[in-house]
Amino acid sequence: MATVTNTPVSDLLKSFKLKTKQQELLIRVSILCLVYILAFIIRLFSVLRYESMIHEFDPYFNYRTTLYLTQNGFYDFWNWFDYESWYPLGRIIGGTLYPGLMVTAVLIYRILHFLRFAVHIREVCVLTAPFFASNTTLVAYFFGKEIWDTGAGLVAAILIAICPGYISRSVAGSYDNEGVAIFALLFTFYLFVKAVNTGSLAWSLASAFGYFYMVSAWGGYVFIINLIPLYVLVLLITGRYSMRLYIAYNCMYVLGMLLAMQIRFVGFQHVQSGEHMAAMGVFFLMQVFYFLDWVKHMLSDTKLFQAFLRITVTCAVAVGTIALGLGMLSGYISPWTGRFYSLLDPTYAKDHIPIIASVSEHQPTAWSSFMFDYHILLFLFPAGLYFCFKRLSDATIFIVMYGLTSMYFAGVMVRLILVATPAVCLISAIAVSATVKNLTVLLRSKNKGVLTGSTKGSSSSKASSKALLDQSQPFQKNGAIALLFGAFYLLSKYATHCTWVTSEAYSSPSIVLAARGAHGNRVIFDDYREAYFWLRQNTPADAKVMSWWDYGYQITAMGNRTVIVDNNTWNNTHIATVGRAMSSYEDEAIEIMRSLDVDYVLVVFGGVTGYSSDDINKFLWMVRIGGGVFPVIKEPDYLVNGEYRVDKGAAPKMLNCLMYKLCYYRFGEMLTEYGKPPGYDRARGVEIGNKDIKLEHLEEAFTTSNWIVRIYKVKPPNNRW
Amino acid sequence: MGRTSSKEDAGALFHSLRSAYAATPVNLKIIDLYVGFAIFTALIQVVYMAIVGSFPFNSFLSGVLSCFGTAVLAVCLRIQVNKENKEFKDLPPERAFADFVLCNLVLHLVIMNFLG
Repeated sequence: MATVTNTPVSDLLKSFKLKTKQQELLIRVSILCLVYILAFIIRLFSVLRYESMIHEFDPYFNYRTTLYLTQNGFYDFWNWFDYESWYPLGRIIGGTLYPGLMVTAVLIYRILHFLRFAVHIREVCVLTAPFFASNTTLVAYFFGKEIWDTGAGLVAAILIAICPGYISRSVAGSYDNEGVAIFALLFTFYLFVKAVNTGSLAWSLASAFGYFYMVSAWGGYVFIINLIPLYVLVLLITGRYSMRLYIAYNCMYVLGMLLAMQIRFVGFQHVQSGEHMAAMGVFFLMQVFYFLDWVKHMLSDTKLFQAFLRITVTCAVAVGTIALGLGMLSGYISPWTGRFYSLLDPTYAKDHIPIIASVSEHQPTAWSSFMFDYHILLFLFPAGLYFCFKRLSDATIFIVMYGLTSMYFAGVMVRLILVATPAVCLISAIAVSATVKNLTVLLRSKNKGVLTGSTKGSSSSKASSKALLDQSQPFQKNGAIALLFGAFYLLSKYATHCTWVTSEAYSSPSIVLAARGAHGNRVIFDDYREAYFWLRQNTPADAKVMSWWDYGYQITAMGNRTVIVDNNTWNNTHIATVGRAMSSYEDEAIEIMRSLDVDYVLVVFGGVTGYSSDDINKFLWMVRIGGGVFPVIKEPDYLVNGEYRVDKGAAPKMLNCLMYKLCYYRFGEMLTEYGKPPGYDRARGVEIGNKDIKLEHLEEAFTTSNWIVRIYKVKPPNNRW
Repeated sequence: MGRTSSKEDAGALFHSLRSAYAATPVNLKIIDLYVGFAIFTALIQVVYMAIVGSFPFNSFLSGVLSCFGTAVLAVCLRIQVNKENKEFKDLPPERAFADFVLCNLVLHLVIMNFLG
């Protein structure tokens, strides 16, 4: 045991008559409690500044399904066919969602109600993500303890509690799959590493359940089912295999696969989809490998074994390739789907699937994003890799592989920075913990060195080296203190950065916008909710609303009306039809709208407020997606010399298409900025080209107070004379 | 010349394997018998599927995977119980068997849900 120096804290602890080991336990537990609370409260900025509401677009769908689950029970939820979206097709919700998040929220809701806390389900939904972020810090602690030691576990817990890469998708109000899925991911990995380290069937069973929870929570489970076989393959190739690996992987694979197939959305993909074939291949490889190992163990004669080996390996390889080849050629094993194929070939989506390319989260990551989301972890990551390679074990190989593969994917797609965050935090924690440990050992060893130097001063053979050691001690100690101060400075800067980033960048609800007024006071734009509640209260209950797919979930959740397309984007042709309607002249568009029974059209317009994520800025994507299915829509028709303009020099098709007319109707008379002509579009910074807009088949139904959302009613056909 | 030598090789291989296997303890042989039976049942199901077609695919998968699953779990049990494995010498065989029973329980519950 290290000697405890006399500090007030240790005096206090001594007054409790605690032994050193108990002191250490107390410190550890209190640190973990503080980290748990910290992870929760750092995510509460938007709740404190605005109100407790659901953010963004996708969480509204999750909220609506959770509401349905609380009201109608699990059986109806599992078999739900929703006729209120994707009119006239409808959507099989029960079979096309990942139920983990909703079931978790309802479980927490039921537990709270059982304890007589009468909370509304919305509050539970808003706070689910921060709660699971706190749980993730605990899992990170245990994982760090498994890989390295308790110090690394503690540092990992604190790093992941405030890391902006994770906060961005788990802030209070962001009721999305990732909030729960990252907890499930790290938990599954921890249980699997524990199973490989102990070789116990019970831990493998637990990791299979962890995998099941991950599959039920997020489509990103494909990462787990590919990383773990890759890890097993690396262990087999490097010769680090053991019986424990066999037990852990096989139990997890078979049970995990069976459990995963219970989720209807996943279905039979584990045996039919190309993305899951790696796991199956490694499973068969393992059986062959261990069988050969067993036979080798039984046979004493190596020559016979070589013959046997030759026969078996050729048979196995032949059977395997024939099966795989037949499967892929006949189409039974489907190739990698577009979403995951674009991770391997980033240029694929832009050429073939515009919908995937259009999502802003799917763009490649810039360096600034990495620095913004990771700060000092970015250079602690290679340092941690060095430490891991110095002390290779099954667990450190795993975390190195997880880190490297997830960093590659994080570089390809911005959204996947989230998946890399736990690995980066763990590896950086190893670096921090090992460095601080080495430095403090240097600090402590100074006392011992002086003592041994004085007592062994008589031994002549090492007298000179001891003298040298004594001489270098003072610099070593100063250097160690300086480095420790440097480390603490860096970590405090990290904490400041994380808090600032969370406060400035990741706490905006997106559905409520805020700006600074002329006198510095805060101005709130609540136009979205104003429009959706207008829809809810002023339109007939069976009205159908056409808008771009971004707003579909919000319209069904808050406006409670049927929509034509929504964020699920499962039917590209339907979205292309809407895109075509928005890009055509009014006469053509009305035909399409009448064929879809559209009653209201909703557009988002940022010209008055300077809001730049409006439909005019998204319009080119509508053109591209529409043009992808209907060749009559050609993108060059809307551009002038390759440039996208809305002012007088814009293309005539642009100035007269439906989207332009609906956004700028009556805008030509509007004075938006002092000193500028009427009709000055503040988002594009130009005066619009077509100010005198007349609508023939639509009439304006509602425009919100800041002109952000505009709703138009489709007029019934004229009476025939 | 080559053929007879490989035949001799195969014969010698077979005898050598047989004699080595006869030396294994009885409890391990029982587990091996169980594994063999499970794989045999799975093969029968695959042959049946090849004849009749795979229409309720979930039923076919649940049948085959229950056989393969319990075979794999039995192999894991064999590894943990085998006295020659130094890694598991601290593990009491009762604990290994209890784990085996628990995993089989979960496996068959999931299979029953999946049978449809």
